[in-house]
Amino acid sequence: MTAQAGVDVPVVRPRGRATRWLGGDGAFRVVVTACSAVVLVTIVAMVIFLLVQGFDAMRHYGFFSFLTTARWAPSEATATSASPNPYGILQFIYGTLITSLIAMILAVPVAVSVALYITNFAPLRLRRGLSSLVDLLAAVPSVVYGFWGIFALLPALKPIGGFLASTLGKVPVIGVAFSGPYFGYSYFAAGVVLAIMVLPIIAAVCREIFATTAGSWKEAATALGATRWEVAMVAVYRPSRTGILGASILGLGRALGETIAVTMVIGNFVLSINKSILGQGATMSSVIANEFTEAVEPFHLQALFVVGFWLLVVALVVNIIARRIVAAQAAL
Amino acid sequence: MRIATMRATVVAVGMLGLLDACGSSGSGGGAATTTATTPGATAVCKGTTQNPGYKNGLTKQPNQATSLSGAGSTFVNSMMSVWTAAYASTGGVQVAYQSIGSGAGIKQVQAGTVDFGDSDAYMKDADIALAKGPVLQIPLVLAPVVVTYNVSGVASGLKLDGETIGKIFAGKITSWDDPAIKSENPTVTLPSEPIATVHRSDGSGTTDIFTDFLTKESPSWVTALGGATQSRGKTVAWPNGIGGKGNDGVSGAVGQTEGAIGYVELGYALTQHLPYANVKNKSGAFIEPCNQTVLAATNGVTYPADLRFDLTDASDAQAYPITGTTWALVYQNQTDAAKAAALINFFSWVLTTGQDMTSTVNYQPLGKDLQQKCIDQLKKLTLNGRPIVS
Repeated sequence: MTAQAGVDVPVVRPRGRATRWLGGDGAFRVVVTACSAVVLVTIVAMVIFLLVQGFDAMRHYGFFSFLTTARWAPSEATATSASPNPYGILQFIYGTLITSLIAMILAVPVAVSVALYITNFAPLRLRRGLSSLVDLLAAVPSVVYGFWGIFALLPALKPIGGFLASTLGKVPVIGVAFSGPYFGYSYFAAGVVLAIMVLPIIAAVCREIFATTAGSWKEAATALGATRWEVAMVAVYRPSRTGILGASILGLGRALGETIAVTMVIGNFVLSINKSILGQGATMSSVIANEFTEAVEPFHLQALFVVGFWLLVVALVVNIIARRIVAAQAAL
Repeated sequence: MRIATMRATVVAVGMLGLLDACGSSGSGGGAATTTATTPGATAVCKGTTQNPGYKNGLTKQPNQATSLSGAGSTFVNSMMSVWTAAYASTGGVQVAYQSIGSGAGIKQVQAGTVDFGDSDAYMKDADIALAKGPVLQIPLVLAPVVVTYNVSGVASGLKLDGETIGKIFAGKITSWDDPAIKSENPTVTLPSEPIATVHRSDGSGTTDIFTDFLTKESPSWVTALGGATQSRGKTVAWPNGIGGKGNDGVSGAVGQTEGAIGYVELGYALTQHLPYANVKNKSGAFIEPCNQTVLAATNGVTYPADLRFDLTDASDAQAYPITGTTWALVYQNQTDAAKAAALINFFSWVLTTGQDMTSTVNYQPLGKDLQQKCIDQLKKLTLNGRPIVS
């Protein structure tokens, strides 16, 4: 096929010479390299942009001072006083991590099960339809998830939240994390919305991974008398564990940065860390979305850029750690 | 449940009307001039509102621009969209208003990127210092900030005073059957249910009006926030509760949350069919927010020359205590003759014909004396240093 094309070309373009093809090669390389460079330049430019925009606040309060308190009170900021820093962001980092954690705990097992069902258990004619449905979940805009979250999910979670508050909330030590009252808007609700949003991403990737597992393994397992469940575990799930972790990281990336849907259900409480996951809080992205239009206090807007900068850092760190775990898994 | 709430509200309003008919022997309907004393104070809200029908507009300036751009307050947005739609068809000028928030509106004015701004908190001297010149601040409408709630079994007519509201928002009162709330509502059965406070998560003129009232009436609120300078503003350090973005975010959260209490512009509570509290005013009466009681808040107010004033906690016996206004922000000295003409024509129209449209979106027209002062303010516009209106 390729040989034929090589023969054809001089016929179609009589004046074409071999050197022109080498030129095309070079041009292609330049284009591809340039495209890759755009990605790199964009991310570097973004970091620089955030640092430049947040520079005034960082210089005024100190680079790391934002990470030393969990009190965000823009109304207490003045143009002169630098201490204490009224723009503490620990509670937002906490909010971002805890909502993502809840989302992963809820979403990963379900997503893996969905993918296993589609690839191994569902009747053939159902597989395609089910796959499309799962993919469709990923296409729902996040603002719609937010709306749905407020009007459908919050009422539906009410009994669950109330139950958690009246049972786990009464247990010593861990009770702090589940103490009531539960009003609906909470880290918990945000985590559940996030779980539903990341579910299709993880499920879709897992589905592809499971579909590529070697058929011979499955046949071998079946031949050895394994049940369908055992086949799925031994021949599909086990060899795919690294891939599942990778899929989860993709989902985690979305969960860390998701803004609108979270902002609509998390309750936007910014003054301190709310220890209870049934209480209101805020994430790094939600506080930016909420406040940037009216950031009129001294250093307020700059402080929001600082939040943006640390959000990028948190996302990078989490990604690096997750990749390490994947690499370690793969090496086993 | 919502329909039930609404019906209950209608019934309650009807009952108030009956009470009035029995109690104040025919003095109703007289709008703000009614001098009914405390027990019947809320009853002034009954009856229809008359449009003010102001005719003192300025002479139309010729050669005006065909478009104007404005930006600012979300509080005034529903009013502004009625005005701009009507003005486009009758005045032939397209006014594009971006509802981006009061603080952002002030920023746009300072940067000179819009023809006018709008803010629910007037520009302070420090704000004007950052602008390109003197700014005229012209009140456009009055509106109450209502304390709205979602408490099972309390369909309407909850009575609250400033100190109680302050304690609730400061987290000092956490249950609906707290003695402080009970003592103000002896006839209401209050459930033993936790209170969820709902506040604005974005900076807001509505918050400024609300916290201005709390700062004047609630020592507990001021103490909890660490002093009077910290307890009032477009943003404050809310000690607890749910944050909602925009007036609709707050009314939505209150509607969705059993046991919630929040503060919004009246129109948002009405469209969501949420009940709102009668708030105790300075003279000790529990006042329902409505046209007459909002207008009463301007009684006896002496306006400063620059029209920067607060209407909260007014002294009139019938004044609703959490009343605010919204200011149009216009550079006093204009440099573009066509734009200047269009600005004068538009705001003159807003202050006269436009005032008659306020009731359709549940805002309140300016009182007569204030309206005249706003017209006078408009006359101060200059074009390259020379007066425009002769």
